[in-house]
Amino acid sequence: MAETEADAAAAPSAAPGRLRNAFGGVLCAFTLILIGVLAFSIRLFSVIKYESVIHEFDPYFNYRVTQFLSKNGIYEFWNWFDDRTWYPLGRVIGGTVYPGLTLTAGSIWWLVNALNIPLSVETVCVFTAPIFSAFASWATYLLTKEAKGTGAGLMAAAILGMVPSYISRSVAGSYDNEAVAIFALVFTFYLYVKTLNTGSLFYATLNALSYFYMVCSWGGYTFIINLIPMHVLLCIVTGRYSSRLYIAYAPLVILGTLLAALVPVVGFNAVLTSEHFASFLVFIILHVVAFVSYIKGLLTPRLYKMAMTLVITVGMAVCFAVVAILVALVASSPTKGWSGRSLSLLDPTYASKYIPIIASVSEHQPPTWPSYFMDINVLAFLVPAGIISCFLPLSDASSFMVLYLVTAVYFSGVMVRLMLVLAPAACILSGIALSSAFDVLTRSMKFQLSKLFDDGSAISGNGSTEATSASAVNTNSSKSENKTEKSEAAPKEKSSKKNRRKEKEVTESVPAKSKKEKRLSVLPLEASVIGTLLLIILGGFYVVHCVWAAAEAYSAPSIVLTSRSREGLHVFDDFREAYAWLSHNTDVDDKVASWWDYGYQTTAMANRTVIVDNNTWNNTHIATVGTAMSSPEKAAWEIFDSLDVKYVLVVFGGLVGYPSDDINKFLWMVRIGGGEFPHIKEPDYLRDGQYRVDAQATPTMLNCLMYKLCYYRFVETDGKGFDRVRGYEIGKKHFKLTHFEEVFTTHHWMVRIYKLKPQKNRVRAKLRKLKSGSKSSSTLAAGRKKNPWQ
Amino acid sequence: MAALRLLLLLAAASLLVVASRGDASGAGPRGRKLLVLVDDLAVRSSHSAFFGSLQARGLDLEFRLADDPKLSLHRYGQYLYDGLVLFAPSTPRFGGSVDQNAVLEFIDAGHDMILAADSSASDLIRGIATECGIEFDEDPEAMVIDHINYASTEVEGDHTLIAGDDLIQSDVILGSKKIEAPVLFRGIGHAVNPSNSLVLKVLSASPSAYSANPKTKLASPPSLTGSGISLVSIMQARNNARVLISGSLDLFSNRHEKAGNEQFVTETSKWVFHERGHLKAVNVAHHKVGETNEPSMYRINDDLEYSVEIYEWSGTSWKPYVADDVQIQFYMMSPYVLKNMSTDKKGLYSTSFKVPDVYGVFQFKVEYQRLGYTGVSLAKQIPVRPYRHNEYERFITSAYPYYAASFSTMGAFFIFSFAYLYHK
Repeated sequence: MAETEADAAAAPSAAPGRLRNAFGGVLCAFTLILIGVLAFSIRLFSVIKYESVIHEFDPYFNYRVTQFLSKNGIYEFWNWFDDRTWYPLGRVIGGTVYPGLTLTAGSIWWLVNALNIPLSVETVCVFTAPIFSAFASWATYLLTKEAKGTGAGLMAAAILGMVPSYISRSVAGSYDNEAVAIFALVFTFYLYVKTLNTGSLFYATLNALSYFYMVCSWGGYTFIINLIPMHVLLCIVTGRYSSRLYIAYAPLVILGTLLAALVPVVGFNAVLTSEHFASFLVFIILHVVAFVSYIKGLLTPRLYKMAMTLVITVGMAVCFAVVAILVALVASSPTKGWSGRSLSLLDPTYASKYIPIIASVSEHQPPTWPSYFMDINVLAFLVPAGIISCFLPLSDASSFMVLYLVTAVYFSGVMVRLMLVLAPAACILSGIALSSAFDVLTRSMKFQLSKLFDDGSAISGNGSTEATSASAVNTNSSKSENKTEKSEAAPKEKSSKKNRRKEKEVTESVPAKSKKEKRLSVLPLEASVIGTLLLIILGGFYVVHCVWAAAEAYSAPSIVLTSRSREGLHVFDDFREAYAWLSHNTDVDDKVASWWDYGYQTTAMANRTVIVDNNTWNNTHIATVGTAMSSPEKAAWEIFDSLDVKYVLVVFGGLVGYPSDDINKFLWMVRIGGGEFPHIKEPDYLRDGQYRVDAQATPTMLNCLMYKLCYYRFVETDGKGFDRVRGYEIGKKHFKLTHFEEVFTTHHWMVRIYKLKPQKNRVRAKLRKLKSGSKSSSTLAAGRKKNPWQ
Repeated sequence: MAALRLLLLLAAASLLVVASRGDASGAGPRGRKLLVLVDDLAVRSSHSAFFGSLQARGLDLEFRLADDPKLSLHRYGQYLYDGLVLFAPSTPRFGGSVDQNAVLEFIDAGHDMILAADSSASDLIRGIATECGIEFDEDPEAMVIDHINYASTEVEGDHTLIAGDDLIQSDVILGSKKIEAPVLFRGIGHAVNPSNSLVLKVLSASPSAYSANPKTKLASPPSLTGSGISLVSIMQARNNARVLISGSLDLFSNRHEKAGNEQFVTETSKWVFHERGHLKAVNVAHHKVGETNEPSMYRINDDLEYSVEIYEWSGTSWKPYVADDVQIQFYMMSPYVLKNMSTDKKGLYSTSFKVPDVYGVFQFKVEYQRLGYTGVSLAKQIPVRPYRHNEYERFITSAYPYYAASFSTMGAFFIFSFAYLYHK
């Protein structure tokens, strides 16, 4: 905040002319560097409070891939067939991963090592996200500057540097795709707007390259390739078609699609799936519009009218045919050509109805209202002001901002993790809002002050001119907008802003009309002082909230947990304890089964083969594990044995009160398992529709493998079997395991590892009771008696 | 700690030495030291023919009374014996540290046992048999009675010495020489669960036999009747430990030399002590056709060769095992390739096949379970990867029109631009 204030103060205090511009430029650059440092350092809480460690689940996979890349080189990475995950199917990593993040971190690692700075791959991975968040705030500066000038740009950059929503995904150690993707997203938008403003093919090409980087980095690239066409369409509909628009869009579609198809994970999807159809449709429309405007210039109005009617009749027929073919094509595919995740975006109830595997992920749930306040805080109130500011005046760039915000708000309402896409939009618009507000307030303060001190009208006029220069960029850009629209043939006219500003200041060509306008928007001195103070306080609250969120809410690495109590800080390092145990005490080729959440961590930290992991590409395989977990012991043993599983890992929070444990996730296992194997029925695990594991629980629940593995010997801890997460005593306390044996339980019982017992060496005969009836019936009875789940 | 580790090292080293010496002399799969537990040392002389045949085959017998207080099967974690002969049907409990569990652990550690019960066998003996999947008639006085197929020497009397000739059809268990004379049996019958695949009836009673107390009148129908009664059974555990359980100690005695008993017990004891029917699979090798080194990973549609050598222990040396039904599976959740391997009659089995067009983590599996033979179960994991990016065909003939189209479009566009810009 301090920087922006300084900036706001700096503009009027600087002397006019070359020196003033140079001073402003230096100050701006210095401010940007400070913003970068701020964005980087606010994300280091996790390293300071915990340690330099990779966080959560997906980052572990990215880390493992990066390790592989740095060890084996890019071609091995490209062709990597990983036989240590999804056993026995394996996974073609090179073809199923977005390589942008990995390649970025790999290049950084290679670069620093080439410079003889011996950083480990892990260190590079940990700090990739903070570095890129600095880049992202600079990109935000550039984008906002294109729309509303330097002041708004700096403001937006500072806000984005510490917006909690983005911090949650980019703290040091959160080594995930989003870390670089947000930078790529904003930078692509910047280049698009830049091309739109300049009409330069150079920027258009850069835009396609930046889009390529985005495609490499994140599946969210479909947002770009749908938002930009929407904006183009908006421009056409509102009569803002220009050759600049054509240059901004057509190369992006052609080059961007070609480049996107080079990424193995996208491949032919770039032209096959419905997510990309909008861009092609708009591409066609754009050409029609371009052609029409060309013809219009060529023909006389009468001829043009005739041609129009002809073209429209023929065109309609062709259009209908094309649409019919498209509809038929799309309708022939079961998902109507949309991938499950995209469908669940368009129809928020889709996932919960058809794809439990998507619905089961917590970050795919719709957000709650408090999470908006948590994640974007005061920006939620500033954004409407920003929208208004964007309409004064509406340019191509500012209309893009508004469109971006509106779509992002919708998507963030569907999935909590898309809040991340909303964050830059909210920051940009809030930056614009704050900057315009400061603009108006400081200008009127200045005007009133100068009026207070001298009452000579000439000086006051002078003062107002000077005040106007604070928003010179704004008027400038909007004016240049108008001009270029009028005269398309002269793209050179829109030269760099510095030159234009200089030219303007030198010639003092501010028309009297604008002077009058400014005087009209002047506020009373007291109101502007109070307004400024209030805005500063608002910003102060925002900063305090951001720092709190960065320090307390979003810095926990989730593999190490802490809790504060009267005795002091408790550290729960059970996950790493368990993974270390696995890596030291089991054979290299042993297979470990667990719920898919822990797959990435097991392969990365314990280096053991897993059955399923967080890349949930094969629903059947996950359902198999879910079925095993929901089955009685013997059936589960058979399923695991058929998959060559040697160890089963469960996460149990009942002893220490860790709520995201396997018992709380268990219903999803039942649902996903039951989706593929209908003998698993969800109602069997619910008592009157309620999920419980206490004495009221159903026998199916109390005999399933997950219950047994979680609560085996649990009663020995306190004698009652009181589960601290569920808050009651468990239903079945004393039981034995027949097909599994406990091999390791961590210090706080958070991870429990079991080994599959080998098949019995001998088969025991029944023990016949005296006075038994016929032989066959007693055999059956004995067989039943051996049945472990009775 | 260090001393312990040193000891362990020494033990390992000595084991290695023993193992290598064993290999050099072509030793069999089992050691030769047996512990014989008897109720009464008189058994030693009354069953001398059987013991003599064991000793003649090089087995080293140690006779102990079953209630010897110094009895122990292992010392310092090492088993002292390689096999056990339990000729003590009425012992209520063993002496020393040996009990039912010790005997069962001995078997689970991969050792063999011959157990002979008798009518009025103790609960201990019955318990061991039950754990091995065999149930004796629970009436302690019961004996197998057959009023039709009894021994001809005993026309009068209660017909408890019966003549059994319902033998299992297996050359591996009973030897290739047919047992001509019937086997005479006097003792308790037992039943086995037909669903238990580990237990086999070697000598069954005839359909006219039944199990009852010969001294009392039959009040209710006997629980064991007909050919459901097994007289002698064998069990091969999953770890290939072999156990023979007989309902009669008398079966092994010198008294029935004329009958087929001597040949029967000699041949079955050969089987029990792994002198026959023990297979070993060694030298598993696989490689691409035309190469010799074993790769760590195959690619889809590779052609590969797989070979394994299988030998059978003949009692004195490892002989090539010859069969035409050894199968290889290329397995990932289900067999993608299932093929009979061809043999060169010198023990080498080999085959070649094409890796299926599916990538994943496969296994070479040989599951060979045959009656009387020890199971051969080999599994070797091998990943199969898809094509690398540069292993696809670079130029596809059928795509030449498309290449031509794209290049001609580029050319045409260039010419068009040139004409448009400079033609005026």
